[in-house]
Amino acid sequence: MSDHEYVPKSKFGKWFNDRLPLLSLASHLADYPTPKNLNYWWTFGGILTFCLITQIVTGLTLAMHYIAHADLAFESVEHIMRDVNYGWLIRYIHSNGASMFFLAVYIHIFRSLFYGSYKSPREIIWIIGIIIYLLMMAAAFMGYVLPWGQMSFWGATVITNLFSAIPFVGEGIVNWLWGGYSVDNPTLTRFFTLHYLIPFLIVGLVVLHIWALHIPGNNNPVGIDIKKPSKDTVPFHPYIVIKDGFALLMFMIIFAFFVFYSPNILGHADNYIEANPMVTPAHIVPEWYLLPFYAILRSVPDKLMGVVAMLSAILILAALPWLDTSKIRSAVFRPLYKQFYWILVADVLILGYVGAMPAEGLYLLIARVATAYYFIHFLMILPILGFKEKTIPLPLSITEPVLGGFPNAAIIKKKESLD
Amino acid sequence: MKNIFKISYLIILLLVGTNQVIAEEKVKLLKTDWSFKGLFGKFDRGSLQRGYQVYTEVCASCHSMKYVSYRNLSESGGPEFTEEQVKAIAANFEVTDGPNSDGEMFVRPAKLSDKFVMPFANVKAAQAANGGAYPPDMSVLAKARSGGVDYIYSVLLGYENPPSGVTLEDGVYYNKYMYGNNIKMSEPLSDGLVDYSDGTTASKEQMAKDVTTFLMWTAEPHLEARHKMGFKAILYLIILTILVYFSMKKIWSRIESEV
Repeated sequence: MSDHEYVPKSKFGKWFNDRLPLLSLASHLADYPTPKNLNYWWTFGGILTFCLITQIVTGLTLAMHYIAHADLAFESVEHIMRDVNYGWLIRYIHSNGASMFFLAVYIHIFRSLFYGSYKSPREIIWIIGIIIYLLMMAAAFMGYVLPWGQMSFWGATVITNLFSAIPFVGEGIVNWLWGGYSVDNPTLTRFFTLHYLIPFLIVGLVVLHIWALHIPGNNNPVGIDIKKPSKDTVPFHPYIVIKDGFALLMFMIIFAFFVFYSPNILGHADNYIEANPMVTPAHIVPEWYLLPFYAILRSVPDKLMGVVAMLSAILILAALPWLDTSKIRSAVFRPLYKQFYWILVADVLILGYVGAMPAEGLYLLIARVATAYYFIHFLMILPILGFKEKTIPLPLSITEPVLGGFPNAAIIKKKESLD
Repeated sequence: MKNIFKISYLIILLLVGTNQVIAEEKVKLLKTDWSFKGLFGKFDRGSLQRGYQVYTEVCASCHSMKYVSYRNLSESGGPEFTEEQVKAIAANFEVTDGPNSDGEMFVRPAKLSDKFVMPFANVKAAQAANGGAYPPDMSVLAKARSGGVDYIYSVLLGYENPPSGVTLEDGVYYNKYMYGNNIKMSEPLSDGLVDYSDGTTASKEQMAKDVTTFLMWTAEPHLEARHKMGFKAILYLIILTILVYFSMKKIWSRIESEV
């Protein structure tokens, strides 16, 4: 923020800004030099901010009407759906908003994987992002428990039981999490408290995420360092603001279709049955956004190792900046990595699919192969690829790739039009 | 160790469960045209009113509907009975209220603000009267079964003689569409079971369709408002998106770059 001097025009503005430089901050945000070649995959940061705010605003409203009690929670949700003014709208935005949030975060993460945005000097941005993602999963899981339907109750039972895999202290930890000897009212009230808390932790981390981003500036589809500000950059406002706004509106149209026309399609029918500890649903599945990890968990025959594998699958991402040994960021210039990238995308989608299927026979075999490949991608392919791969020469700048002797401008062009 | 058993038990249940679900999903549910599907989907008012009649004359003797109030029956987007009609409907039921100023509980006729009176005092009483099976509350039933309204419609019409080799316990019936094919509810509908006051022929299919429509409304009482608002919201978003698109083009035309 010291890279440019901002002096407010008005006397009061100057007086205020000398004491609390909010105006300088606003000016920094507006002028923030952004690569002009960012494609639409880069708009998901803004979309995610929108999702977070939407979840917090609708969540606060729901919390005014929701009752966190095992005997009353289900009924209070029905009260919201029936008798609270526009309660159905607020709840459907909140429940579908969670899915939209994850859809956006997965695109955001895979954009980063494709364009190497996690690489030096952006490792901290990436790691903060992974922490945000972990907190999102925790918040979503606990939020799913709150309506106290069958899937809430049994999902909570299955997931909290995972902690019992920890040797010696596992059982104690599970009882501590539950606040008793089974999932019950104490579990619900603490999940509600934490579900309320976590979004604000995420807000704090998002501030750090953006702060850390504003030190090196955005990566870009070409993946080269650029001078800022220069011919390669545009000020954030109005160029990126309007572009993000346009993309956000497109996203909101899809969001609205879910909310208004198929609000329950992403949920599970069993969650409209009130929780009953005496009746186990035929089919306990997590929400779709957790399915790949669920598949990894189930693909390992040993319970403890399954939990370890599932956690490693997420935590391995935090080590990605060091596992990927290539100095070239963008997959546009890494022909081999690009292929492995798409194989990984397919691998994760396959994991998600088998996560929703019974863990047996062919499904289990596929889950095991896909789990193994997931780890091979990060632990073997990426480190080796950095040394072996013959990359395409990089251009010198975004605007003047030809002067830099860039031989393959068509590739970038094609890539951009694809995006 | 106990937990490992618990987990494996859950996982086995899950496997068995998913197997069943997968096996059952091969049974194609019966389809009928629902007026409330689609972008402009609305309830058929006559069907809702007839559906209420079927519910109250046939289902309500066993199935509660504890989240729906009598006043809902006259609200817009529902069966839209007149307030007088609904007052008369409510007055047929008795609720225990109190305590009064003497500290006594008393019985009074139901009012608009009361929830539908339940057929049994509690779940245990319902089970005791129904051979151990609890007739599920019907308020959100249409959303609580995968397959939704198609599933409920199919189950209502799916009673058959069991295939040879299948023996059923006493009080269990064979249903083609029910999960597991065993159902403890005897076939609830038969042709001409109710007398529709609007002259519609009370065939089994007609009653199944009407009562299922009614159940969709009780599960989603604001469905019509949702569809209406959704159309406006999405139209608004599309127009705004187009305007923002051209603004964006205009702004980005100041620099030599594509957007």
